[in-house]
Amino acid sequence: MSDNQPFNLLTAGHNGCAGCCDALAAKYVLMAAGPDCIVVNPTGCLEVMTTPFPRSAWNVPWIHSLFENGGAVASGVEAALIAMGRKGNTKVIGMGGDGSTMDIGIGALSGAFERNHDITYVCIDNEAYMNTGVQRSSGTPFGASTTTSPAGSKSYGNNTNKKDMPAIMVAHGSPYVATTSIGYANDMMKKVKKAVDTVGSTYIHAHAPCPTGWGFDSSKTIEMAKLAVDCCLWPLYEIENGEITAVKKIKDPKPVEEYLKAQSRFKHLFKMEGGDKEIEKIQQLADKNIAKYGLDK
Amino acid sequence: MKVTIGAICEPGTAMENKTGGWRTFMPVFNYEKCIRCAICEIACPDMCIYPDTTTANDKGKCLYKANYDYCKGCGICANECPKDVITMTLEEK
Repeated sequence: MSDNQPFNLLTAGHNGCAGCCDALAAKYVLMAAGPDCIVVNPTGCLEVMTTPFPRSAWNVPWIHSLFENGGAVASGVEAALIAMGRKGNTKVIGMGGDGSTMDIGIGALSGAFERNHDITYVCIDNEAYMNTGVQRSSGTPFGASTTTSPAGSKSYGNNTNKKDMPAIMVAHGSPYVATTSIGYANDMMKKVKKAVDTVGSTYIHAHAPCPTGWGFDSSKTIEMAKLAVDCCLWPLYEIENGEITAVKKIKDPKPVEEYLKAQSRFKHLFKMEGGDKEIEKIQQLADKNIAKYGLDK
Repeated sequence: MKVTIGAICEPGTAMENKTGGWRTFMPVFNYEKCIRCAICEIACPDMCIYPDTTTANDKGKCLYKANYDYCKGCGICANECPKDVITMTLEEK
């Protein structure tokens, strides 16, 4: 290690792919939260690549939970800190992927939010189960080809829409829910800081483009994240106590083709007969976001 | 039944894992145009770009260096640099 390289809360030497979006997201979360935190990490890419036994890339207390109980373990950590009289200013942060948040772990997470533990949960949404080889999750967008929703003569890829997870967390009565993107580091750090400083269960949903699973060059991770926001497929907003308080405005929304064309998981839409109709449906999703959140006003 | 504490890893020990060997292209810095904005440091997913404190100017802003022990050559820094200071060059070993 070079002698003047600064100390990082998430160190170099993790096993993430080149251009890893999870590493970036975890880096921003820790930069915002600071060293006084305990990270609960359900199974997923982030857990596997940062802790190849017997090593760990974390310089903060970190615990691995099962896929399904990230919310329960985070609640337990918070309750234990209170019971031991050591809560102080220590933050409990859950950090999981879209699979462990939106599919497998949603029950335990719902319980934690219902009991309103003082935790912050960050969903790093790379829109499929990347760790096990790109299987679709309920975070996979419409039209994306994955190994369990492959495009072929009878299929245009994933035929369901992305689950509106932030809305579900708002419905739990969470005091602070926000969507963010790893393409906007300052926005993400600001929102994470606000979330950890808010008392109660808070939720951050971070959009994270995965070069391996989505099929684009490793240098474009951040560019792709910005493109999703510019096409209005990923609106950035904050919801405090059920009310939308801030929305990132997009002056000239780009057509969704630009975003879809750049990724090989959507390439079948440009080759197949009738693909243009599917693209039109995806454009309608973007237009719906524009109308719903007033992105262009 | 005996309850064990599970597997424990020491913090930050992943540093032993020198991931620089994964690299095909390496970032090369040409500081002439560098505005010391730190975007490359923020954008690096491998925490390997760091400010070289020996180059601090009167405002305390430094030039940035890559730690080639860990750089995987993803190219995000070169792609995000607003002044094209960084170019990805085929590494010859």
